[in-house]
Amino acid sequence: MCDVCGCGDPKVVPVEVHERLLSGNDRTAAHNRAHFHEHGVVAINLMGSPGAGKTAILEATARACGASRRLTAITGDLETERDAVRLRAAGIPAAAITTGSACHLDAEMVHHALHADGAHADYLFIENVGNLVCPAIYDLGQAVNVVALSVTEGEDKPLKYPIMFRRADLVLLTKIDLLPALPEFDRAAVEDALAHVMPVPRMIAVSARSGAGVGEWVEWIGRLERPALRSGTHHAMS
Amino acid sequence: MHEYSLVQALLQRVETEARARNASAVHRITVCIGPLAGVERELFATAYQLCRPGTLCHDAELAITGEEIMWCCNACGATIPEGSVLTCPTCGWPARLVGGDALTLERIELEVPHDV
Repeated sequence: MCDVCGCGDPKVVPVEVHERLLSGNDRTAAHNRAHFHEHGVVAINLMGSPGAGKTAILEATARACGASRRLTAITGDLETERDAVRLRAAGIPAAAITTGSACHLDAEMVHHALHADGAHADYLFIENVGNLVCPAIYDLGQAVNVVALSVTEGEDKPLKYPIMFRRADLVLLTKIDLLPALPEFDRAAVEDALAHVMPVPRMIAVSARSGAGVGEWVEWIGRLERPALRSGTHHAMS
Repeated sequence: MHEYSLVQALLQRVETEARARNASAVHRITVCIGPLAGVERELFATAYQLCRPGTLCHDAELAITGEEIMWCCNACGATIPEGSVLTCPTCGWPARLVGGDALTLERIELEVPHDV
């Protein structure tokens, strides 16, 4: 009993919540997804280690697509706009998100970038912060996840970072032009590792330098279903 | 190191709930972190210890529960053992994750005035 006013001591009340810790991010991601649907944009979350060749693949994608598809990009890095500058030089309008010390992009950062630059394109590539751990758990509103894995990273990377690869819709095996210098590289071992962590393992081997495999990659993104434009939103696509 | 931003989100969520119920303090928080959640439990607990001073949770115990990884065939429902190829050996269908990636706030125990 309380000595001051005679009321009872505080009682402990359990409150059942059962809610995802990322529910706030999930709500913003759903908002982004609705925005992409409304504007007929296919959003692709491109992840991978630092140096896996994410930016180079997008440069090669721009070369392969030419004017046939409208591409745009959001790049995430801790510091600098270098990737966005490279992509703009390749003909892809690109906004940069510098995350400071954050190791991943979240839905709110993408939302802000969309407000600044819009997403008036057929395809929006969200080039995530180079990291094989954190970006995997944040939904950004994307249609698909693509993970770039370069041939120099080791065949067992998918087994070491299963959370990233489990969520991948496609793995791009990059830098295959280096294979003559890597006689020990075992592609079957990569495929076997992916089969242990990806329920539907899909991999396309590419070289941004030679262009090998880029056509297959462009066909793959071409098969992704574009959200139907709602009437009255065409003006936003110009 | 996304554990710190997750803890910040957790503290905000708990404070919202506590204020809505006129709680004077938070007694205990229970979260569930599965092995495939992409979150390191010890790092999460450390981040909580660092972030809770000055919040309504400053004396609240953090309990972390877990769940087991479970993959099942999408067609016949058979369990696919963790660590094996994620295709059903019987049907050839891809496996589906049915447990192991939980990252949830399960329960908050609030201290509320006895007689209001």
